[in-house]
Amino acid sequence: MSTPPVSTPPATPKIRIRGLHKAFGSKIVLDGVDLDVETGTSMVVIGGSGSGKSVLLRCILGLIEPDAGTIEIDGENLLTAPRSRQEALRRQIGMLFQNAALFDSMSVGENVAFGIRAKHSDRNGAPPSRAQALQMAGDLLKQVGLDPSVGDLSPSELSGGMQKRVGLARAIAGSPNIMFFDEPTTGLDPIMGAVIDGLIVDCVQKLGSTAIAITHDMASAQRIGNRAAMLYHGRLIWQGEASELMHSGNAMVDQFTHGRREGPITMELRK
Amino acid sequence: MNAVLDPIATLGRAALGLIRQAGALALFALEALSHLVRPPFYWRIFFSSLIETGFFSLPVVALTALFSGAVIALQSYVGFGQYHVQSAIAGIVVLAVTRELGPVLAGLMVAGRVGAAMSAQIGTMRVTDQIDALTTLSTNPMKYLVTPRLLAGTLALPCLVLVADILGVMGGFTVSVAKLGFSPSTYITATLNSLKTMDVVVGLVKAAVFGFLIALLGCYNGYNSRGGAEGVGAATTAAVVGASILLLLFDYLLTDLFFSQ
Repeated sequence: MSTPPVSTPPATPKIRIRGLHKAFGSKIVLDGVDLDVETGTSMVVIGGSGSGKSVLLRCILGLIEPDAGTIEIDGENLLTAPRSRQEALRRQIGMLFQNAALFDSMSVGENVAFGIRAKHSDRNGAPPSRAQALQMAGDLLKQVGLDPSVGDLSPSELSGGMQKRVGLARAIAGSPNIMFFDEPTTGLDPIMGAVIDGLIVDCVQKLGSTAIAITHDMASAQRIGNRAAMLYHGRLIWQGEASELMHSGNAMVDQFTHGRREGPITMELRK
Repeated sequence: MNAVLDPIATLGRAALGLIRQAGALALFALEALSHLVRPPFYWRIFFSSLIETGFFSLPVVALTALFSGAVIALQSYVGFGQYHVQSAIAGIVVLAVTRELGPVLAGLMVAGRVGAAMSAQIGTMRVTDQIDALTTLSTNPMKYLVTPRLLAGTLALPCLVLVADILGVMGGFTVSVAKLGFSPSTYITATLNSLKTMDVVVGLVKAAVFGFLIALLGCYNGYNSRGGAEGVGAATTAAVVGASILLLLFDYLLTDLFFSQ
């Protein structure tokens, strides 16, 4: 008697997006986006300016309310969950903003300590004291390659690359198991861009996080990601391995990644 | 036909826009107030706003009140001289300062100084993603940025107005005694006789309402600003102009409520 083959159910993706729609007035920004990001994967989303990349991240973060569709984290629909549950699910997300978005009314150390106190506190447990959080902030600053003495400076005294590092330290302060990176290398020189990418990869691997990064920078995309997808006019037109980005076989992706003027993607002038 | 209807349509659109704005402002205020009773409360932000609104506005409010009291004394002396009732100056000064000039002038000064600063600060945080960053750090931006400022504004302005009342009366006293030849004791007695607790209390109630409105307009416009530096500038202007107009409107409404026969 032969044993029937055991079929293992497919693992639930860490993030599953189905039919996501968002329009601002008559402008459709997301037009039915479907995306799965498996646990432990670093997904890079590429696409031209205005293709909906940032809006996609902001919908997941709850900063923008989508018009339709579902966003699941660990199989739980973020959009229909009770508010307290939404907050709990989003508490596990860390975000590095394009311009780092450091609080300019606080010192660098206080910025990182804010992340520590915000993410380590809940209704039942008290957050770490201010002094403890500042001490922990020093360790996090070291982790992103900054001297803890930088903590006394104001964000405006830092270079763009240093601000990104501080933003990264603040983003990983709560040991998030999902991380989002919004154009992490924009405005940085190539060497600093590579340094930031290296830090991102280290942090994601160390925390065992699932990551989504959006970028225009193809070198950065290949360094950060192991999966990649391209958005065009609010639709996901290609998904594959990040290593295939430069030779995807998709005419639009190839035109975008090689920066060719000629091809199926045409620049539209806003009327 | 269009020439007749177009102005009406424009007027209608403007009225609807105004109603929409008023509704949005009321909802914003209600949401911010609801966080007063839901922990956590950010005491550090509250105390820093209290110091910024109350303590650092003290010089400008004090000078304004001092000179206003002095000017009223001078003007009244000239005007009342025609009817030989200069003795009423002390009463006029204390009445004008406690009922109207103290709260209104302090409110307008604070609207220009603190309302603009709140709007610019929160507006800059909005356009540089700092407010979104707060959300991603599990911190409610309304609770963190708006609620403590509203409470600070509501509590700080009555304190400032109390100081403005005292200095306004002192301004009138100084001019009356040093320049107009009044006897100090006569002036003080006339002031105390004219001073009514109700006037001072109503002035302080007005100040609390004005403080709330100034902080509300500053936070609301900053929170909803868009489009970079230009947007922040427009929000700041709207905060100061809006707060000044609302302040004068509520001054009338509260005066009508408390003092009309």
